[in-house]
Amino acid sequence: MKKESERILRISYIVIAAFLLLIMRLWQLQILQGNKYRELSEVNRLRIITIPAPRGILFDRNGIPLVKNSSYYCVSIIYGEFNSGKTDLLAKLLNIPIEEIREKLNKEGLSPFTPIRLKQGLTFNEVAYIESRRSDFPGLIIEVDASREYIYGSIGSHLIGYLGKPNPSQFKDPAFKDVPPDAFIGQWGAEMLFDKTLRGTPGERVIEVDSLGRELRLLKENPPVKGEDIRLSLDINLQKGAEEAFGERAGALVAIKPDTGEILGLISRPSFDPDLFAKGISYKEWIDLTQDKKRPMLNRALQSQYPPGSTFKIITAIAALEEGVITPETKVECRGGINYGGWHFGCWRREGHGVVSLHRALVESCDVYFYELGKRLGIDKIYDYASSFGLGKETGFQIVTERRGIVPNTKWKEERRKQKWYLGETFNTAIGQGYVAVTPIQMAVMISAVANGGNLFRPTLLKDATPIPSGKVKAKPENLEIVKRALSGVVNEPGGTGWAAKSEFVSICGKTGTAQVVAMKGGSQYQAERFRDHAWFVAFAPAEKPEVALSVFVEHGGHGGGAAAPIAKRAIEGYLKNSEFGKQNQNVSNRSQTD
Amino acid sequence: MFRIDRRLIKNFDWITFSVVIVIVLIGIITIYSATRPLEEGVSSRFYLKQALWLILGVLALFMMVSFDYIWLGRYSIHLFSLGIILLITVFILGRVGMGAQRWLSIGPISFQPSEFFKLIYIIMLSYQLSIMNSPLSTISLFRLFFFIVFIPFILLIKQPDLGTGLITILIFLSLTLAKGLHRKITVLLVIIGLISLPFLGSILWEGLRDYQKSRLIAFLEPGGDPTGIGYHINQSKITVGSGKFFGKGYLNGTQGPFRFLPEKHTDFIFAVFAEEWGFIGSFFLLSLYVVLILRGLNTARNARDDFGKFLALGITLMFLTYFVVNVGMTLGMMPVVGIPLPFMSYGGTALLSNLLAVGLLINVRTRRFELFH
Repeated sequence: MKKESERILRISYIVIAAFLLLIMRLWQLQILQGNKYRELSEVNRLRIITIPAPRGILFDRNGIPLVKNSSYYCVSIIYGEFNSGKTDLLAKLLNIPIEEIREKLNKEGLSPFTPIRLKQGLTFNEVAYIESRRSDFPGLIIEVDASREYIYGSIGSHLIGYLGKPNPSQFKDPAFKDVPPDAFIGQWGAEMLFDKTLRGTPGERVIEVDSLGRELRLLKENPPVKGEDIRLSLDINLQKGAEEAFGERAGALVAIKPDTGEILGLISRPSFDPDLFAKGISYKEWIDLTQDKKRPMLNRALQSQYPPGSTFKIITAIAALEEGVITPETKVECRGGINYGGWHFGCWRREGHGVVSLHRALVESCDVYFYELGKRLGIDKIYDYASSFGLGKETGFQIVTERRGIVPNTKWKEERRKQKWYLGETFNTAIGQGYVAVTPIQMAVMISAVANGGNLFRPTLLKDATPIPSGKVKAKPENLEIVKRALSGVVNEPGGTGWAAKSEFVSICGKTGTAQVVAMKGGSQYQAERFRDHAWFVAFAPAEKPEVALSVFVEHGGHGGGAAAPIAKRAIEGYLKNSEFGKQNQNVSNRSQTD
Repeated sequence: MFRIDRRLIKNFDWITFSVVIVIVLIGIITIYSATRPLEEGVSSRFYLKQALWLILGVLALFMMVSFDYIWLGRYSIHLFSLGIILLITVFILGRVGMGAQRWLSIGPISFQPSEFFKLIYIIMLSYQLSIMNSPLSTISLFRLFFFIVFIPFILLIKQPDLGTGLITILIFLSLTLAKGLHRKITVLLVIIGLISLPFLGSILWEGLRDYQKSRLIAFLEPGGDPTGIGYHINQSKITVGSGKFFGKGYLNGTQGPFRFLPEKHTDFIFAVFAEEWGFIGSFFLLSLYVVLILRGLNTARNARDDFGKFLALGITLMFLTYFVVNVGMTLGMMPVVGIPLPFMSYGGTALLSNLLAVGLLINVRTRRFELFH
């Protein structure tokens, strides 16, 4: 009996030991790890679903919508509910590579209860198929997300831009901290420039869910706040007409409202289809785009620089008038070229222009006349005037990183080339060849300044934005008038190189230019396209009271007058026909018809 | 046979009784919280049913105290035979419930014979041990094992009710050890046990159902498959841990009613309680169980005779095993074996049979000063 009592007493000690063990475990779970488990229990029952905010709509300057918001289906997985043994089956169901799923699921720092987007832009049939098999894949959910539709497709795509997922550096940027993980943000063009305004504030639905992901109750709902609409300065008629006129050719166009700096149109071709990005671009498509030899992702209007060719003669002419080295009546005889220091500097017209004044020299783009001006001015004077027109520095249009171009002078050559400047180089610079290099947008700002009386504005994409002056050209109004008259002659007078821009509808002023790719003998039109010259045309209209100024650049277009001028004409007409000017003139012509 | 006199009332074990009633009441309010409906208009009756079973159980408990337990010993063979017949009936007729044949329906009432069988088994084993010589001879040991343990064990395993089956073995081993074995036999048994352990393990493993296997695997590696079987363990730990020191407050628990925790009102009831009442409440509840068990052991020590001693010891060890295994499982210290927490888990038959067992405990204690009739 005694022995048995002792045994039972021993059991009591075991009971107390077990009790202490359980208490220690409770201490560990509830006190030491309590915070962790409390947090886990919170995410367990709450599911936070972000409701994307409808993005602000982009309108053109006349209120025509350029984009549309649409919704699309995507499929996501809630990792905490997913059986990872079924990854291969899931890949088969969604028809995506298994590595892609693994990569997404293995990302660090993911909450097990936040949906991870696996595939976007599902068709209705895909949705129906996935829905029917969904019970086999716990945690698989189908979500609706907002997408962007670009009504005009690739028309104006460099200006309007596209949406994309935030890149790694944007992820860390506090400016994007309220952007939901799967949301798209503006990555190009106006979509990027005005992203903060367009984005809006996403809403949130906090719901209670059970362990099977069934919604039990709506706890909180914050409706999304729609992003603000934006009216761009862009004129879609101008843009569309000009892009059609470009056809298959590569190049750029920048159209500016001269008195404000508003961008009326901007083309860089070849361009891309923004709809490719709207539903999430695949890696392969992106590589194809960026490695395309035609470089569709390069914004040629700001990121390509070329010699301006004869369009530069406008600057040389103004410099010469301002510096008093010539008067409008100063005449020079052109015999098809001059010889200097053992070199021959030819005029584009081999047979020569004969004796020409400034007006004829601009109209017919006589090179010899401007060699003479260059000689009289010297490179540093040319540099001063070119700089005052904004060449050699950024225009300040922030749509992409822009190139600055080159305006050479003696100092530049000493620093860069460690050589002294030769007069022959001044000759080349005076006609826009040689070292001088410009971007199409710089040329648009330049011609815009000629049109508006010498004022430089920073280009803007917003309609009715307060103009931001960025410089003043050193030119007296009367000298500008002389040049403007000559530019009108380029288009409208017999023998003018810009005859192809002549319009029945409006008086256009312009200047052609040809940027040499390689020095060629013989007609450039017979050469292989990649050796053909680039074509320039800068223009503004109407001549009396300019409302639009633009630069056109056609890569390997050959002669400026032939390739670029018709595009400029089409753009100008496209814009003015729908503007106040167009309506007034419509009335005039209607009246004259009824009379 | 049924005598209620003043001494009986005077010696009645009020401590055991009130501790048990408090635990059952805590159980009922926890069942209410665990099964409270989320949508309005839908009501859950689990707690009401449990309350009815409590009333029934308390009546049965008093009935159990009212007669001298020695009578149970004298009729133990009859009771045991009845128990085996019931188990065989379940085996043949039993309807399938929760993937296991445990239930027997008589008219509108369904009950689990195995719940009552445990009690009958303890009575039988205790009585047989009390009339045998101490220490046990090898012959007696094997006779006990084959006639009292082996047959019901096989029947229980076949149901399959692994939990109850293992508890019968455990109670057998502890009671025989308490009775006392020859040192030689003890050493021999330990050696045989150690040698056969790997074989037994593999035989047991082969005999396990798939869900039983996965429970074991999940216990060994709970993070391995967070959505599968390891889910139960993880969710249980989250539920308990999220209670922190003071708990989330009664009816503020979220794990149970939101269906994150499976079996929340049966096997995982302690987790729901721990979530709402925190470390403080859990400490209090576990202390109640420990008081009950220590009191039971004390009853065994002070019992009037060997039968009472083994009876009290067997019942107390059963409670102890259920308690430790269930709480250990809830706290992620043991594999999920699917055994309920006595007095708290929802389940009428279990509550009734446990209250009957408490009745027996009180019976033994109450009559500790009485002489043989």
